[in-house]
Amino acid sequence: MQQTLEPNPTQIKEEKIYREMGLTDEEFALAEKMLGRTPNYTETGLFSVMWSEHCSYKNSKPVLKKFPTKGEQVLQGPGEGAGIVDIGDNQAVVFKIESHNSPSAVEPYEGAATGVGGIIRDVFSMGAKPIASLNSLRFGELDTPRVRYLLEQAVAGIADYGNALGVPTVGGEIQFDDAYKTNPLVNAMVVGLLDHEHIQKGQAKGVGNTVMYVGSPTGRDGIHGATFSSVELADEEEEKERAAVQAGDPFTEKMLMDACLELVKSDALIGIQDMGAAGLTSSSAEMASKAGFGVEMNLDLIPQREENMTAYEMMLSESQERMLIVVKKGREQEVIDLFEKYDQEAVSVGHVTDDKMLRLIHKGEVVAEVPADALAEDAPVYHKPSEEPAYYREFQAMEQEIPEVTDYNETLVKLLQQPTIASKEWVYSQFDQHVGANTVVSPGSDAAVVRISGKNKAIAITTDCNSRYIYLDPEVGGKIAVAEAARNVVCSGAKPLAITDGLNFGSPEKPEIFWQIEKSAAGISEACIALESPVIGGNVSLFNEKGGKAIYPTPIIGMVGLIEDLSYITTQNFKSAGDLIYLVGETKDEFGGSELQKMVNGKIFGKAPAIDLEVEVKRQKQILEAIRSGYIASAHDVSEGGAAVAIAESLFGTDGLGAELKLVGNETAALFAETQSRFILSVKKEHQAAFEQLVEDATLIGEVTDRGQLIIEGSEKQLISSEVKALDDAWKGAIPCLLTLKG
Amino acid sequence: MKFAVVVFPGTSCEVDTYDVIKNKLNEEVQYVNHLNESLDEYDCVVIPGGASYGDAVRPGAIANMQPVMKAVKKAAESGKLVFGIGNGFQILLEAGLLPGAMLKNKNLKFICKPTQIKVENNDTAFTFAFEKGEEISVPIAHGKGNYYCDEATLAQLKTNNQIVLSYTSENLNGSIENIAGITNKEGNVLGMMPHPERAVDSLFGSEDGLKIFQSIVRNWRESHATNA
Repeated sequence: MQQTLEPNPTQIKEEKIYREMGLTDEEFALAEKMLGRTPNYTETGLFSVMWSEHCSYKNSKPVLKKFPTKGEQVLQGPGEGAGIVDIGDNQAVVFKIESHNSPSAVEPYEGAATGVGGIIRDVFSMGAKPIASLNSLRFGELDTPRVRYLLEQAVAGIADYGNALGVPTVGGEIQFDDAYKTNPLVNAMVVGLLDHEHIQKGQAKGVGNTVMYVGSPTGRDGIHGATFSSVELADEEEEKERAAVQAGDPFTEKMLMDACLELVKSDALIGIQDMGAAGLTSSSAEMASKAGFGVEMNLDLIPQREENMTAYEMMLSESQERMLIVVKKGREQEVIDLFEKYDQEAVSVGHVTDDKMLRLIHKGEVVAEVPADALAEDAPVYHKPSEEPAYYREFQAMEQEIPEVTDYNETLVKLLQQPTIASKEWVYSQFDQHVGANTVVSPGSDAAVVRISGKNKAIAITTDCNSRYIYLDPEVGGKIAVAEAARNVVCSGAKPLAITDGLNFGSPEKPEIFWQIEKSAAGISEACIALESPVIGGNVSLFNEKGGKAIYPTPIIGMVGLIEDLSYITTQNFKSAGDLIYLVGETKDEFGGSELQKMVNGKIFGKAPAIDLEVEVKRQKQILEAIRSGYIASAHDVSEGGAAVAIAESLFGTDGLGAELKLVGNETAALFAETQSRFILSVKKEHQAAFEQLVEDATLIGEVTDRGQLIIEGSEKQLISSEVKALDDAWKGAIPCLLTLKG
Repeated sequence: MKFAVVVFPGTSCEVDTYDVIKNKLNEEVQYVNHLNESLDEYDCVVIPGGASYGDAVRPGAIANMQPVMKAVKKAAESGKLVFGIGNGFQILLEAGLLPGAMLKNKNLKFICKPTQIKVENNDTAFTFAFEKGEEISVPIAHGKGNYYCDEATLAQLKTNNQIVLSYTSENLNGSIENIAGITNKEGNVLGMMPHPERAVDSLFGSEDGLKIFQSIVRNWRESHATNA
């Protein structure tokens, strides 16, 4: 029946049907060459999904290869479901960030929900229990009903999926800019915990071992999801693509997760991998290719929830909550019984072979026979041309310009109301932040802090990326993204361990965009080396553009740090009246890409703030040492909105505390410049001398009071005088207010 | 004293609850799954939070049809302490062991926040260790915690002092009479939406929730000391 419905190899070639699946003429010719014949319809489908950017990283591989990935703490670098880092006591953390941008742009609820589901499976497929989830979101300016709908639905999708799983959502960040109006970004990061001996790999090895399918049955949803994530969507295609968005079922995911976490402790298990993008195809081909073996599957045995599914449909489906596992021959029944306890199906569908082929049998016929390496390891790699864009040269030629501000009090309030700075409580109060009862610091401080159950240690987790800086100067901005993530982690009392990166960009076919990718990756690499935080994995999402307008380059940095003693845990809020307030680092007239520049001028331009990684590393080390010595009461990095915003944020939630300080130099810069490598710290008076000796670049700028007011004096006059409560109300109220706008 | 922590498919707060009993109270505790038909060997049955069966149909509706619920009902009828938290409370409502029902939160969203609650009645096995009127801080995390009952039931709840816990901070979920937790008429079954197992250590913001678990143990000890 299939033969009559599907075009034959000659038709595929002559009518160039492969183009509809996303393969170029050259790629189809390469597939023919690798195969030694013209691929049939199913095989063409296998090549097209596996050679999509989403699965093959064909456009980004040359860039990714340059990331530093080694360190004595790294137990597993890029290449598996997620990277793994040692945290001592025979324990390790597994983490990765993943994007679900395209599905979220067309169906935000399911798109965001299944994004969480996918990254959770990546983590538990490594053998780890997920202990924390974060999300990094980018939306338009909240000034249209469509953007508000996208935000509300994406947040609800993340909440409904994550909350039902019992994995706490402990942090993340959101930024708003017109650059994301039609291309929102939904990136989710999950951290898991395991003992070293339970580390698993996605591998199909040992001839004769059994390939089993576990989890939900396969339907027709999400066919070609990986391909459509890897192209630029035209408006009229959106409706069509909505059908390619998968639907998630968190209850099944929880049962599957619980079953898999029991399975990873069994020696019957050889390998396990999520059926994520390109589902059955990527999991089987990658598991075989990585292990240097082959896999043969009988598709008649695949659990199916729809009738008359073709081999093509089954192999390309992205139905959710499914895993492929390889178990020792003869141990299948144990595995079936184990999954039965969790009401999950486990079915033997094939076996491991020694011929390195992915061979598929359907209705008694071999319907596909392709070298596994051709689909995975040997996918084409492109070295795209790169060209410095004209805008960059213009921006670099500009002098630093200080935005014109007359009323500092009013400006501070307005900055606190900018959605990117404003309180995100409306978002995170919808997430269960505390299930697991290990969340020490929940969203709202510099980094989330999660205790390692039963131990006197914790991990700090953050996601960061100021894409405005990266747009202005990708190399400098890339450095800043990593440095800022590390600042957040250090401010919470942790030593940075490693990062995962979620690389979100426009179309790599454009030399200017590819230049952004290359340059920002170079900046990220340099900062990772300086901060001794290698890249242990990540995700690439390209083609985030519509109508020729690309998003800002947005390589999100997800960082995990280790807090070696619970007493080191530090938050950003001032603690008691009388504590001394310090600003670490000098302030320059830097406003390129700043929140103030955007607010005053309605656009960003000029040079990104400069960063000196040597200075950054020195300050971070000294501050961490001061925290460990017990000198520091609160620590907060200075980021969007500058020192005034950082000081105000340090006062929020402190129940009546205030601050009186003096900031010298240009008034606007002192308050709002976004010069890098700066921190606001508070210190108990008794530690003043020891602290000042340790943290060289700290300047005493004032004191915490119990008067509930923020008073900032300049060199010549008073700059800010405001009730903290009024600032807090403005900061808290901004996003709920924007979301209730009509029209 | 021996506790059972009942686990349904989809339950997610069982570990947190188990840890409190084992590590903070140093009492004996075991997980009991939904297929179990007897709880005779336990002195207190705790139904923890989460989303049993993915909250399909109504939260708690499918859990209530599982074999273990007969044993839970038997335990409640025999006067043993039965304690439902979050989804556990919803299951006890579905089982009819407590009166009333849960609606969606009034803002129609899941809410996870610290809340201030007041101990309205400290003369129960679960609130024994508190002062009457004591204000405590315990977080909520639910999408359907808007407690509702008809007027006659509400009058009965009041007459019998069954309203044990009420919100004093903003009534986020919209519960009638700010109700956060109620007991049955006999006082041996408690359901509450806030999560006391998440408030047992000041490192995590509050240790007020621990007293509920301590009350259970002290009450059991004292009643068994007098009986002996």
